[in-house]
Amino acid sequence: MARKSHVQTTINGETVEFLCESRQSLLEVLRDELHLTGAKEGCNNGNCGACSVILDGRLVNSCLVLGVETEGKSVETIEGVAEPDKLHPIQDAFLENAALQCGICTPGFIMSTKALLDQNPNPTEHEIRYWLAGNLCRCTGYDKIVRAVQDAAESM
Amino acid sequence: MRNLTGGEESVTVPGATVREVIDNLENRYPGMKARLREGDRLKPGVAVYINGLLTRGSILERVDADAEIHFLPAISGGTT
Amino acid sequence: MTENKEYKVVGTRPIRHDGVDKVTGRALYGADFQIAGLLHGRVLRSPHAHARILSIDTSRAEALPGVKGVVTAADLPTAEDRIADLGEGAVNLKYLCDNIFASDKALYKGHAVAAVAATNPHIAEEACTLIDVEYEVLPPVLEVRQAMEPDAPLLHENIKTTSMGETAEEPSNVASHIQHKLGDPEKGFAEADIVIERDFVTGTVHQGYIEPHNATAHFNQDGQLTIWCSTQGAFTVREQVAEILQHPISKIKVVPMEIGGGFGGKISVYIKPVAALLAKKTGKPVKVLMSRTDVFEGTGPTPASYIRVKMGATKAGKITAAEAYLAFEAGAYPGSPVGPGAMCIFAPYNIENVIIDGYDVVVNKPKTAPYRAPGAPNAAFGSETVLDEIAEELGIDPLEIRLINAAKEGDRRADGPIHPRIGFIETVEAAKSHPHYTAPNGKKHHGRGIASGYWFNIGLESSVTINVNADGTINLIEGSTDIGGTRSSIAMQAAEVLDIPAESVNPSVVDTNSVGYTAVTGGSRTTYATGYAAYEAAQDVKRKMIERAAKLWEVDESNVQFADGVFSSINGKEEQISFRDLCGRLGETGGPVVGSGTVNPGGAGGAYATHIVDVVVDEETGKVEVLRYTAVQDAGKAIHPSYVEGQIQGGAVQGIGWALNEEYIYNDEGEMTNASFLDYRMPTCLDLPMIDAVIVEVPNPGHPYGVRGVGEVPIVPPMAAIANAIYDAIGIRMTELPMSPNRLLKAMGKI
Ligand code: FES
Ligand code: FES
Repeated sequence: MARKSHVQTTINGETVEFLCESRQSLLEVLRDELHLTGAKEGCNNGNCGACSVILDGRLVNSCLVLGVETEGKSVETIEGVAEPDKLHPIQDAFLENAALQCGICTPGFIMSTKALLDQNPNPTEHEIRYWLAGNLCRCTGYDKIVRAVQDAAESM
Repeated sequence: MRNLTGGEESVTVPGATVREVIDNLENRYPGMKARLREGDRLKPGVAVYINGLLTRGSILERVDADAEIHFLPAISGGTT
Repeated sequence: MTENKEYKVVGTRPIRHDGVDKVTGRALYGADFQIAGLLHGRVLRSPHAHARILSIDTSRAEALPGVKGVVTAADLPTAEDRIADLGEGAVNLKYLCDNIFASDKALYKGHAVAAVAATNPHIAEEACTLIDVEYEVLPPVLEVRQAMEPDAPLLHENIKTTSMGETAEEPSNVASHIQHKLGDPEKGFAEADIVIERDFVTGTVHQGYIEPHNATAHFNQDGQLTIWCSTQGAFTVREQVAEILQHPISKIKVVPMEIGGGFGGKISVYIKPVAALLAKKTGKPVKVLMSRTDVFEGTGPTPASYIRVKMGATKAGKITAAEAYLAFEAGAYPGSPVGPGAMCIFAPYNIENVIIDGYDVVVNKPKTAPYRAPGAPNAAFGSETVLDEIAEELGIDPLEIRLINAAKEGDRRADGPIHPRIGFIETVEAAKSHPHYTAPNGKKHHGRGIASGYWFNIGLESSVTINVNADGTINLIEGSTDIGGTRSSIAMQAAEVLDIPAESVNPSVVDTNSVGYTAVTGGSRTTYATGYAAYEAAQDVKRKMIERAAKLWEVDESNVQFADGVFSSINGKEEQISFRDLCGRLGETGGPVVGSGTVNPGGAGGAYATHIVDVVVDEETGKVEVLRYTAVQDAGKAIHPSYVEGQIQGGAVQGIGWALNEEYIYNDEGEMTNASFLDYRMPTCLDLPMIDAVIVEVPNPGHPYGVRGVGEVPIVPPMAAIANAIYDAIGIRMTELPMSPNRLLKAMGKI
């Protein structure tokens, strides 16, 4: 069995240590080692965005990042988005706009939206669609997702 | 089934339940029962419409006088 | 949209009950399931589209450290050639088993051959490469018309065409031929002033749910099998696994986890029996996950098809006769949705003379599975395009010609039954007066198209139990997995009966040991049938609560009524108690109140949709861009309008993908060359405008609130609507799907 490396990183503001094989992706580490299963696997090759997380302020597909690469870095996942006693405005906007059906894509869309609004608080509809094009949703047709992002931008 | 009825597309038979209708069909057109029933149940894959409404798919279904019955292949579907 | 004022909860838009779990990442989907001692399973799949399996040697895989068990078809009980009804229609058990593991022959690339359980997924993957399978490669047959040729390579020696009850002598790839006939088509065509006949070809497309299939199984020493998985129907998983493993249903518990999309594709089982076999062999829980490539290559897509449609009409636009020939690829085993395709093709119209022939044909591709209104979109692409051409030739507005011929209550469908109350005309009229349709559309290379569609919807069994809480809320137990907000649309129907807010209902989707039998979330039946069961369960609660109030006041039950959330005594005593207060007094009036409702309703109402689309065609690249999209649909009654709109928008967009981009691309060896989300291109939000969903409400008399299923019909019209819009833009009739840039350029004579 492949030897494991020791990795220390920050996840949702907490220092976390874990052991992982060099071939394990960040997505596998989050899901299988740390039991943070909010990031989903839809394709495992960077095409669906269901595994989106924010790594040192940048949106990444966690299936394309190796676990060992996160040494000394900071990872934000869906589990860290809400406050203990209230949802993030993006989460509220998704619920109010019924922007999820099966919900498997939702954590990825919320992370992606967060990364967008962090750098562009007032995106146009086209900017939203352009930014979210890396996230696939098969249920909604995106209409309500785009509206939720518009609403979230307005309320933040 | 048309080949069993000698090309007739619709036939009139008595019966107060789907079971009786099938029995009476069999009397007139031997072979019908094998098409529609398996033991004491409707054959898997057969759907029964009574007066245009898809029924529960049971031979126990009640049938009014003058009701129109269709035996069709059952459908299944997929949604989100 | 018509808001019905008489309801308090039905027709409103509460936050869905499982919403917070789903926006915080807390909701547990199938692949998220964890349990101590878990092993990981992976499946080895055939690299050949058609091959005889000569031998399988698993010894090298078994010797790899970390490998705990290997299984193949030899581990499955021998299946009989027998038809069983397993919640997704009739299934031949031998085929069902052979699709789990190829026994004598691999019939498509991706066909499962063996599986390994190991201490981690990477070891399991590595072990799969150590299984030695000896194949005798056979020529594949990959296209329906080729498969129908008399000299085509045969997939199955024992399949002989059944045609209207007769079985042919010689084996063939054509499993069955069906026919529906009404009136005298020959005479009808003779009466026509115009007759148009066209051929159509559609590609193989996948449901494309974002969550791959998954299953975790544990087999106890006493034979108790538990399966945690994503599925559209826990009970159908139980039935299928019981038949495949020849294990009693009483010893199988299926726990439905949250499900990440299905669209019909998560009814058939693939890896669930595999996980069970591995768990049995290893004595440990085993989790099996599919990769995206496994999903494309190893699970059922919806078929490619060849369709010929001929329609005749008078100068006034009345259709006098219609004829259709539908040949559908079933994939490796019989069972394409050509049946429903044949029943839906002309269902929007009242036509006196019709003949429809359908052929179910096996080819070396994955066994097809249901996908949203299975069969109907292929069929409508043909019929709705031909009708558009007739309207154009006659100079009649395309919505007008639909109104002239529209089917209504009492008219006869080509396959026999008469229509109950339906809302087709209402959808066409709503489309006609919609600002989208009346907006100008004249720019160069811009075009507008419309098309309509029909889907039956189904009823089937559902069970609901309601437990009343002391604080005036209820816990609602159901067996329908929630793929698009049905916890809410079901809870709201119970809330309406008991006059409590939607938020006072706590819905739970539970395992097969904890609720009565409930059929799949599919067939657009969940809000209809499970909602109906919730309504019945709430009525049961109401009856029992009336008994309690009567007891409290020492009056006869007939003297208690329930209105506006309050029980009151009529005749004599002036007593009143709110639902909530009475909930607090159940202990002293006889103990807890539990209501139950079970249904198998026969009144599922068919649904119609009419879509309008504007496109622009780029002459240089052949790319079609959708500029504006309006989808009108009869929902009967929209319980939670937001999720009805969501179904309509999502279905329309899947149709747009099917129309413009999506298809399985095969090489000559029968390998799918685009088995990834990069190359199998589904619409992203950048490819689309907003989708305007217009709900029309023609109540279904077969449901207490008038619900019709809504999930499926929105995928029926888009392909034809877009083809008609392309014609309007550039004057070329597209008859092959998808209408990709490449095909457009060819049609325009540019390449
Ligand atoms: S799972 Fe990472 S992009 Fe799809
Ligand atoms: S809600 Fe199902 S994939 Fe987006």
